[in-house]
Amino acid sequence: MANNTSMDKAKVKSRIVWTIVFILALFWVAVTLIPFLFMIINSFRKQFDMLSQGVFHFPKPWYFDNYPHIVQNGFFGYFGRSVLIVGLSLVVMLIFASFAAYPLSRMKFKARNLIYAGIVAMMSIPMHVTLIPIFKMTTNMGLYDNLFALLGPYVAFALPMSVFILTGFMMTIPKEVEESAEIDGCNKYNNFFQIILPLSKSGLSTLAIYNGVSMWNEFAFANTLLQSSSQKTLPLALGQFKGEHSLDMPMILAVLVLSALPMIILFIIFQDKLVKGMMAGAVKG
Amino acid sequence: MNKKTSLEKATSRSTAIAATIFLFPAIAMIIMYMIYPVIDTFVTSAYRWNGISTDKIFIGMQNWQDLLKDASFWAAFRHNLVVMVFSILLQIPLGLLLATFLDAGGRKFNIFKVIWFFPYLMSSVAIAFLFNYILATNGGIFSEIAGFLAGKKVYVDLLGKNPSALFAIIGVMAWQFTPFYMVYFIAGYANISPSLYEAAIIDGATRRQYLFKIAIPLLGPIFKTACTMSMIGSLKYFDMIWNMTQGGPAGGTELMATYMYKLSFQRFNMGYGSCVAAGMFLLITVIALLFQKIFVVKEDY
Repeated sequence: MANNTSMDKAKVKSRIVWTIVFILALFWVAVTLIPFLFMIINSFRKQFDMLSQGVFHFPKPWYFDNYPHIVQNGFFGYFGRSVLIVGLSLVVMLIFASFAAYPLSRMKFKARNLIYAGIVAMMSIPMHVTLIPIFKMTTNMGLYDNLFALLGPYVAFALPMSVFILTGFMMTIPKEVEESAEIDGCNKYNNFFQIILPLSKSGLSTLAIYNGVSMWNEFAFANTLLQSSSQKTLPLALGQFKGEHSLDMPMILAVLVLSALPMIILFIIFQDKLVKGMMAGAVKG
Repeated sequence: MNKKTSLEKATSRSTAIAATIFLFPAIAMIIMYMIYPVIDTFVTSAYRWNGISTDKIFIGMQNWQDLLKDASFWAAFRHNLVVMVFSILLQIPLGLLLATFLDAGGRKFNIFKVIWFFPYLMSSVAIAFLFNYILATNGGIFSEIAGFLAGKKVYVDLLGKNPSALFAIIGVMAWQFTPFYMVYFIAGYANISPSLYEAAIIDGATRRQYLFKIAIPLLGPIFKTACTMSMIGSLKYFDMIWNMTQGGPAGGTELMATYMYKLSFQRFNMGYGSCVAAGMFLLITVIALLFQKIFVVKEDY
């Protein structure tokens, strides 16, 4: 009997704790979502309705013309260039990173640990320190104000972390897989393409998500190396639109909605991969 | 015997060749876009140069002497330190808290995880523009809420004066980066073997005891890495500040990176800009190394 009431007490206590925890959790949901709601609701207003109607009231009437206006003013140009440069950089980066991770994880040679440590150390180099020399280099190569000038920096700065994670990932592939293939007459090159690379798919897809997000949102290199609106990527489009419609808040908010949407949709589709990939690599750092 | 060693030599040689071929592209890219530029930044810091013209005058340590006396740079560095301390104090405990909640709840709390991650998906530029409106004195969220509570029109000016501008930015940074640390800690919890939890429960531990006595101590190394990332991230912070305040008002949110960018790409003082960049590099490296030395975390279970 006494035992029973203490059980009940514990139950009540845990219920109270959970209620408080839940309220806090909902509070953080609100903190997260209110800026997004602010952005979405106000993007459906006319320029001068925002202040007169109050930002938290639903638009009266809902005004849909901001979106077509943005699309007609070159939004998909910026969007397409971002897709192109991010896609290209990701492909090149993932090829180079898996090339490098293969010998680092599965071959024995003299300088291996030294090279690995060197590449890992590169993770902490701030990109701003390299900005001026890369600007000079790009100008000298005649690539200034050319979308493809971003390829080199994007690939290089994503490499250290990716090599680090992929090396950890490839180490977990059992040795026997390769050995049996070697008996069948596969050499190291065949091994890589036919065995190791296909087995690393899930590691590669996580790296694609993480680096894809950061390249998609990259600002400093793009802002330094590109100048004309025919070359600019999506993060720069925001500034471009703001320059043209500086007083039209709802219009700018609509641009923000359109630029954030693709990442949010992709995230909802691929969210499981995100945590799994973190588990595979970054956590051990 | 002899044959065997020569065979071994041949295989180790072919391994070395294969390793070189596979490593070459990555190493070439890293040398070209990371190592060479860092060296070049240090070299350029010894010149007076506007970045375009051919007269690039060697002035030795002059820039470095100026840097040591440059009040704007050291003010920027102090702002970086403030941002660093508050970033670590806000983002990491919050991320850990959210991750603990999600770990306790399992899959049925997935919707929380999805929503909480959203801010990290927006670009810093977009966040800067959005929060410029949200923090606006007229029609911003804070002004509206304060106005609603006070029952009259209130203008809350967070970005227009110091030091509130810097703290407003620290708040926005916490909004942006907490989700990253949340996922990081979720992965950390998930990496702890479930048998540990079972063993603890069989031994009569409560969920809370398991959490504080076993799970969180096991997160030690991850915790340290997260702090290091947050620290380096806030010492080189740039994008959002650049698009939100450009270092203003009156230099109150100037950071090392924005200062360096202004010098180099607005005033075209690339010699001195390189010196600031190199100084920034040295300071970040020293702080990171000190941090590694001071906080030694046991790595094994």
